[in-house]
Amino acid sequence: MKRFVLTLATLAMTATASAADTMKMAVTTSFHNSGLSEILLPAIEQDLGLEVQLLVVGTGQALQLGRSGDVDAILVHSRSAEEAFVAEGAGTHRREIMYNDFVVIGPSEDPADVASAETVLDALQSIAASEARFVSRGDDSGTHKKELSLWAAASQTPEGAWYNAVGAGMGAALNTASGLNAYILSDRASWLNFGNKGDLALLFSGDPVLFNQYAFLPVNPEVHAHVANGLAQKLEGWLVSDRAADLINGYRLGGEQLFVFNATPDASPQG
Amino acid sequence: MADIWLGLSQAFWLVITFDAELMEITLRSLMVSLSALVIASAIALPLAALLAVRRFRWRRWVIAILNALMGLPPVVVGLIVYVVLSRSGPLGVLGLLFTPTAMVIAQVIIIVPLIASVAHQALRDLWSEYHDLLISMHVTQGQKVATLLWDARRALLTASLAGFGRAIGEVGAIMIVGGNIDNVTRVLTTAIALETGKGEFALALGLGFVLIGLAIAVNLSIHALSRTEVEARW
Repeated sequence: MKRFVLTLATLAMTATASAADTMKMAVTTSFHNSGLSEILLPAIEQDLGLEVQLLVVGTGQALQLGRSGDVDAILVHSRSAEEAFVAEGAGTHRREIMYNDFVVIGPSEDPADVASAETVLDALQSIAASEARFVSRGDDSGTHKKELSLWAAASQTPEGAWYNAVGAGMGAALNTASGLNAYILSDRASWLNFGNKGDLALLFSGDPVLFNQYAFLPVNPEVHAHVANGLAQKLEGWLVSDRAADLINGYRLGGEQLFVFNATPDASPQG
Repeated sequence: MADIWLGLSQAFWLVITFDAELMEITLRSLMVSLSALVIASAIALPLAALLAVRRFRWRRWVIAILNALMGLPPVVVGLIVYVVLSRSGPLGVLGLLFTPTAMVIAQVIIIVPLIASVAHQALRDLWSEYHDLLISMHVTQGQKVATLLWDARRALLTASLAGFGRAIGEVGAIMIVGGNIDNVTRVLTTAIALETGKGEFALALGLGFVLIGLAIAVNLSIHALSRTEVEARW
C-alpha cells in the first residue's frame, strides 16, 4: 500500500513538472475537435520548449476565462466579441491567424431542399419556411453567434417547435442533430471528425459569408499581472511563422484542407 | 446495442495493451478521488461522531443541513469553487484553478455531507447501545468519539466508499475547476464526456467500462485490506 501511494505521488509530481515553460490557452471546441491542435502543440513544444495547456470551452466561456485572468491567451472565432474583449482592456490585441468555414448539415433526404440553395441565407429561409427541425448550439459560442447573425441576415426569427437550442458544445449538438435527424450549422472540421453521423450529410457550403476567422488574443498583463504574457507573445510569433503556415495549410482530414493560414507577418495589431 | 459490444471490446483492448494514455488518466482519476476520500473522511467521520455524542444548540440544524447537502448538485459546487479559486476570486493568488488540487477540493465538498450523514446514522444507533456503559465509565468526550469510530468501523467504511463512488463518477464539478486539460487534469469521467462530444461512442463506453471496473477493484481491495466480511461481526 505504501509503495502504491509513493508511486502515485511521484506520478503526480512528474506530471506537473515535465516541461520548463507552460502556459494556459482557452480554445474553442471547434478548433480542438478539428484535430489541428494535436499537430500544432507537439511542434510548439519542440520548437519553443513551451507546453501549451488547452482549455477546450465555448467562445463565451473562453472570453470569460481571459477576463478573469485564468488563462494566458485565447484562440477563438467571434470577431465582434473579440473586438469588445480588446476594447474593454481584457486583451492586449487581436491577431488573425487562420480561417476555416461553416457548413450546413442535415438529413440526407433534405426535406427543406437546402442542397440546391444559392446562398446560405436562402438555405436558412427554406429551413424556416418548411419548419424542418433545426438544432442550434444555444451556448453563446462563436458558432452560435454566427448562426444567430445568419438568421438575422435572413430576416428570420428562429422560434417554434422545429428550432431546438441545446446549449451544448459542437459535438454534443451534432449528436442531438443526428438523433433528431435535424439540420444544424457546424464548422467543417468538427463535422469531418464527428464519429456518429447517422443519416446526416453535408448539404451546403462554400458561401463566403460562412468563412470563420480565428484570432489569437493575449490576456492583458496590465490587468492581470500574473499572466505569462512573454510566453503568449512567443507563441504568437510562432503561430504567424512560416512553420505554422505549412502545418496549418498542410493539415488534411479525409483528403480535405480544413484551415487556411492568413496571418500577416508584420506585428501590427488588428481590430 | 452494437455500440455496447464495440465499447466492451474497446475497453478490453485498452486494458490488456496497457494503453499509456488510459493508464495515465486512470491513475489520475484514482489519485484525485482517493485524496478526496481521505481528506473528506478525516473531516466527516469525527464530525459525525461529534454530532452523535454531543448535544448542542444547533445540532438538529447541522444534521438537517448535512442531509440536505447530500444532494448538492456537483455543477453548483464546481461553479462556486471556480469563482473562489479564479484569479479574480478571493483565493486566486494561490493559482490552484485548473490543477488536480482544485479537483480534490471540489470533490471533498461534494462528498463530506454524504459521508457525514451516512456515518452519523450508523454512529447514532451504536451510541444508543453504548451510552449507559460509556457514561458509567466516566470516559472523556475524545474517548467516546474514538470508541464509537473504532467499533463502527465497518459501517463507516461503507459511508466512505459511498463517498468514493460519488467522487470517482463525478464529472460536472471537475470539468469546471479542472478544465479537462490533456496530461494535467483529464480524468476518466471528463475523457468520457469529451469522447461523447466527438461522437466516439465506442471509445467513450470503453472508458466507462474501465471506470466501472476501477470502482469495483477499489472497493474489493479496501474490503480485503480491512478484512471485513471475514471475521464474525466487525
